[in-house]
Amino acid sequence: VKRAITVLLLAMFVSPAFAVSDPAEMLPNRAQEERAESLGHQLRCLVCQNESVEESNADLARDLRRIIRQRIVAGDTDTQVVEWMVARYGNFVRLRPPFNAETLALWSAPGIALAIGIAAALIARRRRPVAPAPLTDTERQRLSDLLKS
Amino acid sequence: MREGTYDPHGVPSMLVGKALPNFSLPGLPPSVGFSSADVAAVGRPSLINFFASWCLPCVQEAPVLMALKRQRTPIWGIAYKDKPEATSGFLRQNGDPYTRIARDEPGNTAIDFGLYGVPETYLIDKSGIVRWRWAGGLSDDVVRQSLAPLIQSLA
Repeated sequence: VKRAITVLLLAMFVSPAFAVSDPAEMLPNRAQEERAESLGHQLRCLVCQNESVEESNADLARDLRRIIRQRIVAGDTDTQVVEWMVARYGNFVRLRPPFNAETLALWSAPGIALAIGIAAALIARRRRPVAPAPLTDTERQRLSDLLKS
Repeated sequence: MREGTYDPHGVPSMLVGKALPNFSLPGLPPSVGFSSADVAAVGRPSLINFFASWCLPCVQEAPVLMALKRQRTPIWGIAYKDKPEATSGFLRQNGDPYTRIARDEPGNTAIDFGLYGVPETYLIDKSGIVRWRWAGGLSDDVVRQSLAPLIQSLA
C-alpha cells in the first residue's frame, strides 16, 4: 500500500505529454500556448504527408510552430494566423479544407455516395423476382408421382 | 497536383502571378546580399534558386543551372539553412551559377515564398512578378519544355 501511494504521489508530478516535445518552444502563457497547439493541429506539416504541424519533427514544421507562436504573441486572431499560412502555402496547408467551389466535389462526395446507394437499393428492391404462381392440381399430381418413383 | 502522384511539391505555388514577397538577405561573402527590390530592378526575367549544401538534388541540378548561366539568365541564389563555409564548399565542388548569393539561415524568407524544401526555383519577370515555380531539382527536360519557352516569352 505504501508503495502504491508513493507511485501515485510521483505520478502527480509527472508533466503531461505535450505535442511539442521541446519545452523551450512553448509559450509561457498557458492560454496562448493552448491556442497555438490547437492551430498547429489544424495545419498540415507540408513536407510529411498527413501529419500536422504540431505533431511533426520536420524542420519546416518546427519553423511554422515558431511562427504560429510569434503571431499569437503579436496579437493575431486564430483566423489571421490561418490566413497567414494559407497566403503562403494555399488551402493545402489546412487539414480541414474550407467549403468553396474548389472543394465542392470533396464535401458533397459523402452525400452523393449516399444518394447512389439509396438509388441502388431501391432499384434492387423493384427488380426482386415475383414469387412463382402456386401449382395447379395437375402439376401437384405430377410432382407427387415424380417423388414416388 | 502533378498527375498521378500525391507529391505535395506538385501543389501550385500561391506566389505565381503575384509580386515577390519583401525580403532583404545578407550575402555569402564575397557576394553581397540582395533584396526583393534588387531582383525586381534587373529589368529582365531572372531566376531565384533556393539551395543548400546538404541537399542531394541540388548537386544534380547544378549542371543545369550552369547551363542557364551560360545562356545569360541571371540567377539569384539563396542558401537555405546552411552554414556559410558549407555553402562555399558546395559551390567550389559543383560550380557557382549565381549572379549573387544570399543566405537565409533562419528560413523565414523561404516560408514567405511558401517553400517546401530545397531546391526550389522561381522565375521572376521584369516587373518583379513571379511567373513560375519548380519544386525539386531542375532537369534539362524541365528547362527545355517549360522554363526556356517562358523566359523567351517574357524577355
